[in-house]
Amino acid sequence: MTEPLRETWITGIGIVSCLGEGADAHWLGLNRPPPAPDTEAFAPYPVHRLAPIELDKQIPKKGDQRQMEPWQRIGTYAAGLALESAGVKGNTELLQRMDMIVAAGGGERDEAVDAAILTGLNKAGHSENFLNERLMSDLRPTLFLAQLSNLLAGNISIVHGVTGMSRTFMGEESAGIDAVKIELSRIQAGQSDIGLVGGSFNAERKDLLLLFETGGCALKNPFAPVWERKARGGGVVLGSMGAFIVLESRAHATARGAKPLARLASVQSDCVRRQPGAVTASLSRMWTTLKSQVAPEGMALITGLSGAEPATDEERSWLTALPAIPIRATGSHLGHGVEPQFVMNIALATVALGHEKLFAPAMSSGIEVAMNAPLAQVIVTGVGHWRGEGMALVEAAR
Amino acid sequence: MAATSRTPVVAVTGLGVLTSLGAGKADNWRRLTAGHSGIHAIRRFPTDGLKTTIAGTVDFISVEPFCSSELGERMADLVSEEAIAQSGIGAKGDFPGPLFVAVAPVEIEWPHRQVISAASGANDSVTYDDLLRAASGGQFRGIHDRCMMLSVADHLSERFGTKGSPISLSTACASGASAIQLGVEAIRRGETEAALCVATDGSINPEALIRFSLLSALSTANDPPERAAKPFSKNRDGFVMAEGAGALVLESLQHAKARGAKILGIIEGCGEMADSFHRTRSSPDGKPIVGCIRNALADAGLTPDDIDYINPHGTGTPENDKMESLGVLAVFGERAKTIPISSNKSMIGHTLSAAGAVEAVITLMALEHQRIPPTINYDIPDPAIPLDVVPNTARDAKLRHAISNSFGFGGQNVSLVLAREPV
Repeated sequence: MTEPLRETWITGIGIVSCLGEGADAHWLGLNRPPPAPDTEAFAPYPVHRLAPIELDKQIPKKGDQRQMEPWQRIGTYAAGLALESAGVKGNTELLQRMDMIVAAGGGERDEAVDAAILTGLNKAGHSENFLNERLMSDLRPTLFLAQLSNLLAGNISIVHGVTGMSRTFMGEESAGIDAVKIELSRIQAGQSDIGLVGGSFNAERKDLLLLFETGGCALKNPFAPVWERKARGGGVVLGSMGAFIVLESRAHATARGAKPLARLASVQSDCVRRQPGAVTASLSRMWTTLKSQVAPEGMALITGLSGAEPATDEERSWLTALPAIPIRATGSHLGHGVEPQFVMNIALATVALGHEKLFAPAMSSGIEVAMNAPLAQVIVTGVGHWRGEGMALVEAAR
Repeated sequence: MAATSRTPVVAVTGLGVLTSLGAGKADNWRRLTAGHSGIHAIRRFPTDGLKTTIAGTVDFISVEPFCSSELGERMADLVSEEAIAQSGIGAKGDFPGPLFVAVAPVEIEWPHRQVISAASGANDSVTYDDLLRAASGGQFRGIHDRCMMLSVADHLSERFGTKGSPISLSTACASGASAIQLGVEAIRRGETEAALCVATDGSINPEALIRFSLLSALSTANDPPERAAKPFSKNRDGFVMAEGAGALVLESLQHAKARGAKILGIIEGCGEMADSFHRTRSSPDGKPIVGCIRNALADAGLTPDDIDYINPHGTGTPENDKMESLGVLAVFGERAKTIPISSNKSMIGHTLSAAGAVEAVITLMALEHQRIPPTINYDIPDPAIPLDVVPNTARDAKLRHAISNSFGFGGQNVSLVLAREPV
């Protein structure tokens, strides 16, 4: 295509996590030492639990709230915050042509039903008829809809009226990276004017902990910040979060009088076999495509470092070999939120750019150092615990 | 939506399909035009006590112990091979473009859970704490990798050597069409000359069947199984779950012509409009369905008069067929009554996440053969649906442009406009 790519702005962010909701709560939280995760509720696994939110503020109908499980409520809530931040909430005409790409996992299982059935199966000699009978009688009919991956997008359509385009990517960390990448490409190429992109993650679930524990990558107590887990073999501490951003062509935003929070200049994604050195090579490739666009003065890097090894070790080595770029890992504060992790870090980069300043370093890491220059550009990296690598360039748009 | 560019034109140069009727285009086309049904009594697991005991399971691929994502992956392999071989594009294991794969949401399945439960040694009362304890230690890493949502896409991208990060997606029962749409958009953006779009669904296990059953979405007309799926009939009583996969090699027309590839069809337009009315029901005014079809026509630069055939979502649920008929009547007016509209789901059931791609392949075959597969089991017309459903017997017809509709839970609506030749 010969036409120049259209400039794309971030005109709204909606974020919730253990630090609270919105830009200010996250700015405050990131400038303080990491809050301690809950080490008891899911012991022996520490979990960063969502700060209390008033669902009614973004999901006014109790009936809608009841139709969702927590992961959908968190996401629908964060999406509402993003629409509000972009100044488009309730703007029916605009929402009807607004596009949406959601990065989703699967919804909560009914843990009590699963446990009762497994118990019963032992006693019933693993009879398949027993499984049928119990599923027929014990599953709530609406639970399926609360589990279906694309029903987060469905609930956002219902609650907030976003109906232009609706797609759901399912691929753990990759899903979040590619959701941003593809909507950015669509806007840059003129296939879309405005899009809502993001996802949500409920970490407070033993069924999900089980998935990560089968992968051998769930950190057990005691908690340690992401930089400081290597000696124990590494590990992920899951964190509940919802993160959405509104991406918009500069032309469209200008026409409706919207101001940019930041410019999303580029997103790169990759998916490599995880042989030794593969993550390093992938990060280097992505960095090569971006580095000509950055000026060292005023630049910082936010990593989604998960703690999962060996990916984290390779990323750490790659990061520390970069020439003098201030680095921040948000995972010690927020935990790892899988699908929305990359979007969350793009949103946090946007918050920092709004302050023209990078948030405080975690001194104990030996890697994060203070940054005094005004912040102008942020590189965001995301390396999935199993697959998926991404890198974005977020810039001040003033 | 922003103004979209219809250039470059997106051609189809490879097709692959697999359903309960068989593997490959030849078998499926022969049996679809003969009006055969692939629906049968479920043999994969006991169905005692279940309201629905039939489905279009793919039993000719053996997966032991059964695992839905494993079957989905095996079917996706076969249809991708068929499509890539036909297109002759790239080299073995080196497909020159991105991959878009529609899959059913992947999850830990009951056999996995039971294996971990057994390893826990908990005899009386099993809890998630027991499972977590047993899973700690790394012996179930295979379950983790298998149960990643990205696993099928990751496998396909490695096997076929597609480029970039593979996209694994779901828009429920519109997923297959969304995969095609993403491929079309990537080619139109000029990012790539080709894309591999795949959709697969092997999800018939007890819990998946029961989930749909509890929503009263499934036909309970179990006997005889082949008569259960009755789209557009007055006595339709739900859809029949089924498995299958479809694959399309998309390519810019220019690129396909330059390498002398056979052009199997053109994806002329894609349309989409989400429905904000309800999680499982369509807006009673039909506006999202109408808007979706109109968006697809506009994207193709066509008018309703240009459409010669409609391959509907046509699930056979009372709700879908009523609303889809309403939408078609609203878009096509009086002419709607004379446009052939036939539902493959009467024969192959509802292949769920795969349906959009499976049915796009079948529609392209109809365009190629200038022949329309029928809607079987159509014995009792519904007076509220005054459409030509091509009842029970295939029919020859002159077909230039066709529409394929896919609608899903969560208000997902996608329509594709397909043609035999570039206009």
